[in-house]
Amino acid sequence: MKSLHSLSTLLRVILICGVTLGAGTVAADAVPPDPLTETATMLANGDFAAKEAAIERLSAIDDPRVLPMLQAMLAGNLYRNDDGRLLQSTGSDQPVTVTDALSGQQQSDIAGDNLKKISINNKLRGALRSSIAVLSLSHGDAAVRLQAAQDLLERMDDKLVPLLRQQLQTESDTRVRRVLQLALAFGDINANDSQQRLQAIEILADDGQVEARQRLTTLLATGTDGKPLESDAAVLAAARKAVARIDSRAELYGFAETFFFGLSLGSVLLLAAIGLAITFGVMGVINMAHGELMMLGAYTTYVVQLLMPNAIAYSLFVAIPAAFLVSGLTGIAIERGVIRFLYGRPLETLLATFGISLLLQQLVRSVFSPLNRSVATPEWMSGSWQINSMLSITYNRLYILLFALAVFALLVLVLKKTRLGLQVRAVSQNRAMARAMGVRSDWVDALTFGLGSGIAGVAGVALSQLTNVGPNLGQGFIIDSFMVVVFGGVGNLWGTLVGAMTLGVVNKFMEPWSGAVLAKILVLVFIILFIQKRPRGLFPQKGRAVEH
Amino acid sequence: MQKSSFFTTTFRETLLRDRGGAVLLSVLLLLMIFIPLLNLGTGVDNPLHVSTYTVTLLGKYLCFALLALSLDLVWGYCGILSLGHGAFFALGGYAMGMYLMRQIGDRGVYGNAELPDFMVFLNWQELPWYWYGFDHFWFAALMVVLIPGALAFVFGWLAFRSRVTGVYLSIITQALTYALMLAFFRNEMGFGGNNGLTDFKDILGYNLQQDGTRVTLFFLSALLLALCYALSRYLMNAKFGRVIVAIRDAEDRARFIGYRVENYKLWLFTLAAVIAGIAGALYVPQVGIINPGEFSPLNSIELVVWVAVGGRATLYGAVAGAGIINYAKTWFTSILPEVWLFALGALFVIVTLFLPDGLAGLLRRRKTAAPPAAQSQSGEAAA
Repeated sequence: MKSLHSLSTLLRVILICGVTLGAGTVAADAVPPDPLTETATMLANGDFAAKEAAIERLSAIDDPRVLPMLQAMLAGNLYRNDDGRLLQSTGSDQPVTVTDALSGQQQSDIAGDNLKKISINNKLRGALRSSIAVLSLSHGDAAVRLQAAQDLLERMDDKLVPLLRQQLQTESDTRVRRVLQLALAFGDINANDSQQRLQAIEILADDGQVEARQRLTTLLATGTDGKPLESDAAVLAAARKAVARIDSRAELYGFAETFFFGLSLGSVLLLAAIGLAITFGVMGVINMAHGELMMLGAYTTYVVQLLMPNAIAYSLFVAIPAAFLVSGLTGIAIERGVIRFLYGRPLETLLATFGISLLLQQLVRSVFSPLNRSVATPEWMSGSWQINSMLSITYNRLYILLFALAVFALLVLVLKKTRLGLQVRAVSQNRAMARAMGVRSDWVDALTFGLGSGIAGVAGVALSQLTNVGPNLGQGFIIDSFMVVVFGGVGNLWGTLVGAMTLGVVNKFMEPWSGAVLAKILVLVFIILFIQKRPRGLFPQKGRAVEH
Repeated sequence: MQKSSFFTTTFRETLLRDRGGAVLLSVLLLLMIFIPLLNLGTGVDNPLHVSTYTVTLLGKYLCFALLALSLDLVWGYCGILSLGHGAFFALGGYAMGMYLMRQIGDRGVYGNAELPDFMVFLNWQELPWYWYGFDHFWFAALMVVLIPGALAFVFGWLAFRSRVTGVYLSIITQALTYALMLAFFRNEMGFGGNNGLTDFKDILGYNLQQDGTRVTLFFLSALLLALCYALSRYLMNAKFGRVIVAIRDAEDRARFIGYRVENYKLWLFTLAAVIAGIAGALYVPQVGIINPGEFSPLNSIELVVWVAVGGRATLYGAVAGAGIINYAKTWFTSILPEVWLFALGALFVIVTLFLPDGLAGLLRRRKTAAPPAAQSQSGEAAA
């Protein structure tokens, strides 16, 4: 073997062909080298230009070995050994197996071989991707074909047009067909036949993505004399209409997306505020520690996940009742220990509960460290729902929106349909009369406060899926949630719902032109002014209880 | 002539009847005499020497005391629990900070005489219009009073006229300071964003790092505290103060009798904001920095606890509370930092549950047990 290296390059190429065929004979007149082997050799030994030519030739060869070889090359897993043979590895998968790219034989002993990676540059990478995509277009799996068609969309050129037209005739999957048509339309937009151009415009307008819009605007370009380059008035009008259609659709979806973000923010505000709507709205107690009760709920989620690391998917279903209990019991303790001594002195209640919030924050800091803890998001909550090419909704926000509405509905049911709810409403409307009717008002107070606090805990579980869980988690929400309650009208749960959603949506719609922080400031200023005009909120409570 | 002598006699009488105030003013007077002497008049190794650090710390406490005094006016006497009072303090501080920034001139890191460092850093080309005039001390001093005063006036005019009271008012004042904090954190506002204003060099030509300047600032803090105390005491004992207390105790009755309740509240609120602004302006040159953190709702609410611990509606109680709690804070945060929030939180709960009248109330309760002669001398028995 050693002596082979001393031969001329030409001879060496031929020899290697022989070796790869397994013939092992040094004879120029042996089996004529088949095109695959020949181009593979070019790939192994040539410079970048030769490699590019080889890739093009390879993709024209109908052979099942070509696609894996090109894919390996793109991934950097294609090697050449001392003999100039092409070897491909399985990449970083353990254990790494190395096979001969052409014969498919597994190479067991490569330790002594001096493997050289087949180097590629960006130009080759592009060529490889195109070739892979073209080859994958005839793959048996529709998903692979779709991916291939989408890859080709980004690298369309004239040479691909006949191939795609041919594919389109045999393609049966509608999604793949649509992408292929779109790809062809990218080319047809510049066709000489104006009928063809019109058709392409139609297809591009249906697609409506950024790339399609860009192609359409090239039709509208004007020359140096200010006249459009496009000569056909019908095509020009169609293109204008198509761009307008895409723009209006983008606007609509943008609107829908912002609206959803607004509702999502609103749902967080709602979760934060409904607990407060009970303690503040129904009982008239200002609970500044409400945010910290939410924080406790979030930390409960963290602890639950620590306890069941193998079942993260179900952890939230355990965390919700657990957080309700933890925060609810803490709330009852606060009510029994502090607040009940301060009924009728709202400002003192405010101060005392603020003190409790500091205590709880510091407690969490001492127990869990002041750093943020990471709470895992279950599989079923991550990812997003792709409604169409322009609109997608993340699952966690969607679920939290639904969850907030469910909690709200449940709470309304509890207050309207259960005995506890009846008693709560009675005490909130007229404490003395309720007592006279035999309602144990102190017991009702404790339970109401516990209920409001428990809901804060549940809100904390939801928040743990959206933001960082840290000791300051609750602080950021306390002002916002008070604003919601005050804006919606104290003592009115429906007002809280409307208030939260309104503020969320308004906030998100203002963000694009004012920035997130300024939007928040403007909303705060708006509420401050709003309270001046309607001190009792959007939906004031009616009845005698209203006065003081 | 006669009117003026009438004024001075009632003023003097007012102060003479005020035992706690007399103690406070005497202490302030002693501080004003001895601290400069012990700092400037003694060598560093003299056992009686008071270090400049201590002088500045005491000066800081005095500014906080002035702030607490202003809150006591609105909360203690009128029952308006402002949870955003720190905003006025911070605004006064920013006005002073802007003057001090302009005094840096071309001695900043970038050496730009036209623009403060942070504007150069943000690539701003010219000074925003609202920075004009802050090169002059008189203008800055005017703004220290005007800006907090104007904000309080507008806010109060809106709030009191539509009869926003109690916890609602507390929450919207908190929202006010929160909104201001968010606004001042923005770089685009042109107040140094997150970092605020700092790196001050001198005030009215005097180097801020020099002992003499520090002592003078301390002296001025003490003097202004004494003056504001005397003014507040006078106002609260005058008819104005009586009406204010009546509004606190029964707003509707005061209104039905014919007092324009909202006007009284508005002027009191504005006055308190102005005093808070002055406190902020004195605070900034002493600590050498003002940043948006001063607007944080937590600061304002901590301030409430100073007043609550000292005792509401006593004025001197607020001053004492500010001093005691800030001393405790300095002590705790240097030795047991994690205990401080526990202690502060517990303080809120304990004071509201067990000490509704604060430390001053505790003293008064002991005095009530003493012979009645002593009680009648106490000017506060009526309030």
